[in-house]
Amino acid sequence: MNVQEIIRSIEAEQMKSNLPTIYIGDTVKVGVVIQEGGKERVQPYEGVVIARNRSGINQTITVRRIFQGVGVERVFLVHSPRVANIQVLRRSKVRRAKLYYLRDRVGKATRLKQRFDRPF
Amino acid sequence: MSIGILGTKLGMTQLFNQEGKAVPVTVIQAGPCIVTQIKTKQTDGYTAVQVGYGEVTAKALNSPQLGHLKKSEASPLRHLHEYRLDTVDEFQLGQQIKVDTFTEGQQVDLIGTSIGRGFAGYQRRHHFGRGPMSHGSKNHRLPGSTGAGTTPGRVYPGKRMAGRLGGEQVTIKKLRIIKVDVERNLLLVQGSVPGKPGALLNVIPARKVGR
Repeated sequence: MNVQEIIRSIEAEQMKSNLPTIYIGDTVKVGVVIQEGGKERVQPYEGVVIARNRSGINQTITVRRIFQGVGVERVFLVHSPRVANIQVLRRSKVRRAKLYYLRDRVGKATRLKQRFDRPF
Repeated sequence: MSIGILGTKLGMTQLFNQEGKAVPVTVIQAGPCIVTQIKTKQTDGYTAVQVGYGEVTAKALNSPQLGHLKKSEASPLRHLHEYRLDTVDEFQLGQQIKVDTFTEGQQVDLIGTSIGRGFAGYQRRHHFGRGPMSHGSKNHRLPGSTGAGTTPGRVYPGKRMAGRLGGEQVTIKKLRIIKVDVERNLLLVQGSVPGKPGALLNVIPARKVGR
């Protein structure tokens, strides 16, 4: 067993196997576990995936949405136990791996064309 | 004083703890080390255990080294290291030392060789500031003054200058063991350790400093 296999097998123990396939441009609903005075509950966070970084156990997605007129971006460690679930709501047709251009746009210009060829 | 173990750095990854936070860990393949010599008060004047690690072919060692290892009936080993102990009664020649000498949550010191950076300049080696890059300045990465003039007429010893950086022994103290894998001889230690993957590491239980 070589070095990379050992490290990957350590990571594999903690990686989630039930994740949906996430593409750039997808609208996703992320269930975030938050603790409030000893109680745990799941809070949903909805937005567009504008970037995906790294791989393996360290994989992250950047989810952007407009909240009360202000753009909010959150980076989620996909395999973290703090992320309870990820649900894909809509797939879009995009031509880039990073949708950072959405940051400079407001209103109608931020719309992405929906695509139907990729099943959820 | 208790015995440590020799190992190889494999690389880094991260794990999630019970709170769900990501913890950076270094994966170390440690041991099994073989006791190659036991030093006692009568024969050597002090008590210590010498262990060997890192199997090689017999061709890689010379005959005195092979003869030394033959006493403990060990296969040819690259690295030998001595641990000074108060008592050596519990050790026998040829005994294997495995990662189960460590427990999860224990604090350890890690001794290794830092990454060699060759001949490094003032900024990289001693974190000097640099001069202006433009507006006619020709002082970009120069050190500035190295001391006074005619008196003392020399540069004081210890003046920080450019030179070899890295490649020296470094001890990282009090790192927590996150996981012990006895089957695969792995230690997972929180934080980073000196050297690149493949580097030799010496893992010892954390030494208490001060009160």
